[in-house]
Amino acid sequence: MDYFAQQLINGLVLGSIYGLIAIGYTMVYGIVGMINFAHGDIFMIGGFIALISFLVLVSLGLTAIPLILLIVLLVSMAITALYGWTIERIAYRPLRHSFRLAPMLSAIGMSFVLTNFSQVSQGARVKPVPPIITGGYTLHEGSQGFAVQLSNIQIMVVLATIVVLALFTWLVSRTRLGRDMRACEQDQTMAALLGVDVDRTISMTFVIGAALAAVAGMMYLLYYGLVDFFMGFVAGIKAFTAAVLGGIGSLPGAMLGGLAIGLIETFWSAYFSVEYKDVAAFSILIVVLIFMPTGLLGRPEVEKV
Amino acid sequence: MSGDHILTVDRLMMRFGGIVAVNELSFTAERRKITALIGPNGAGKTTVFNCITGFYRPSGGAIRLVHDDGRMIQLERLNDFRISKQAKVARTFQNIRLFPGMTALENLMVAQHNALMRASGLTVLGLLGLPSWREAEKRAIDLARTWLDRVGLLDRADDAAGNLPYGDQRRLEIARAMCTEPALLCLDEPAAGLNARESGGLNELLLSIRNEQGTSILLIEHDMSVVMEISDHVVVMDYGVKIAEGTPQAVRDDPKVIAAYLGADEEEAIAVMESGT
Repeated sequence: MDYFAQQLINGLVLGSIYGLIAIGYTMVYGIVGMINFAHGDIFMIGGFIALISFLVLVSLGLTAIPLILLIVLLVSMAITALYGWTIERIAYRPLRHSFRLAPMLSAIGMSFVLTNFSQVSQGARVKPVPPIITGGYTLHEGSQGFAVQLSNIQIMVVLATIVVLALFTWLVSRTRLGRDMRACEQDQTMAALLGVDVDRTISMTFVIGAALAAVAGMMYLLYYGLVDFFMGFVAGIKAFTAAVLGGIGSLPGAMLGGLAIGLIETFWSAYFSVEYKDVAAFSILIVVLIFMPTGLLGRPEVEKV
Repeated sequence: MSGDHILTVDRLMMRFGGIVAVNELSFTAERRKITALIGPNGAGKTTVFNCITGFYRPSGGAIRLVHDDGRMIQLERLNDFRISKQAKVARTFQNIRLFPGMTALENLMVAQHNALMRASGLTVLGLLGLPSWREAEKRAIDLARTWLDRVGLLDRADDAAGNLPYGDQRRLEIARAMCTEPALLCLDEPAAGLNARESGGLNELLLSIRNEQGTSILLIEHDMSVVMEISDHVVVMDYGVKIAEGTPQAVRDDPKVIAAYLGADEEEAIAVMESGT
């Protein structure tokens, strides 16, 4: 039971990170109908920028950890958002009225560009950071000496995810920008006729998606203590899977799918074999797609961005 | 016809490959009046609308819009969101194009994008919740509710637009167009699919928009009871050219108009003639 509880905690934390990335996939799919395959690499860029800004702040002599974390968060969100904006502007917008596959191919190309750019500019080795947030709580001391641990960093990942999601949900449901995004997603022509600048709204969607991926990248860095140029690929594919699993286009679906993938992966690793965790995650995806083609929450026509 | 023209269509040409959909069409729409554009199916009416609202770039000719303050806008040079933002032209479509997954109120809020943009300046400022932005948001809600009330949908404000009955959706579309605070409202067959009682309500709504808001209306309509009852001026098209124009009375008795309708569709011709008796 203790072992189960521990895996549940681990799975939820991993799932939170996947969920934050998955939202980026699902938002972009909702509004422009394309899969932004470069989004996983945006997540990787977010991790790197978090690392770099962390090192810069430390070398400047800053020691207050909460302040450092806050600055790192804001800086990586801002710069990663700029990446998202730029990619849409140069690689996707010119192809928007081209044939359907064109933006997707462009996205795959963009993914390679970002991966290789990071490899060349940052080096191919794994970049470790010392644990920044340490400590935690022992929730339950088991009989065989197994204790259920909840670390501070796990609490922080989940809290950050909840806060970011709450802000994001408010943005989509209550603000002008959110309304514009939903309107563009349902009928771009009509939205334009009502005065909405569709291009700008699409840009903002990429910006927000990238900012969320940056939060995920920073959480990944803090949680695992490392980043590398290739981490965007696997994480991106898993988050994409999460978005499809939850019902692509659905925001709650993306988060739910992320949690599901995180839990499946963790439990499979814990009870069966670590080597086959990806096989398990993707097998379940296939089964879900066969029996629920629109995903868990997918009603593609309504309630999506 | 003299007077203050909000819209001047001047020798408008629209070709699609070898087909001439609109051929040297000229007409004007008077300010604060209802102008109807009628004609048999395929006459080119919707093409004219598409030229006015920036969907098509005309092959030739000019479309000029003059605002109350005398500012003149070449509509054929604008497209996309600028039609609403700069020209203040709003439009509805033959088929309903509400945002079905958003509530009735939200549909009207999207239409106030421009007003809210002006108030918030940058999106970022809006997100910070500045008082001026909140006030603008509140004003927008007030305006939306006013229009919901006028089209009798105040109690359905929080229902998804896609779940409203057909007639309600038609009225909501007009309310939404009015929330952009247009100078010119272009309606493409607003009475299509409405029953007699509903189209009577539509007549009252359009007349009140003209009289109270002072909005100029350009209307494509097949329902002759609507055209004859509310139009101040009627332009008749057939095969891309204007074949007649004038008051509803004059147009109805014009043999060319009757012939055009007889040639195209007997029932419509009879409808035109019977609506006078």
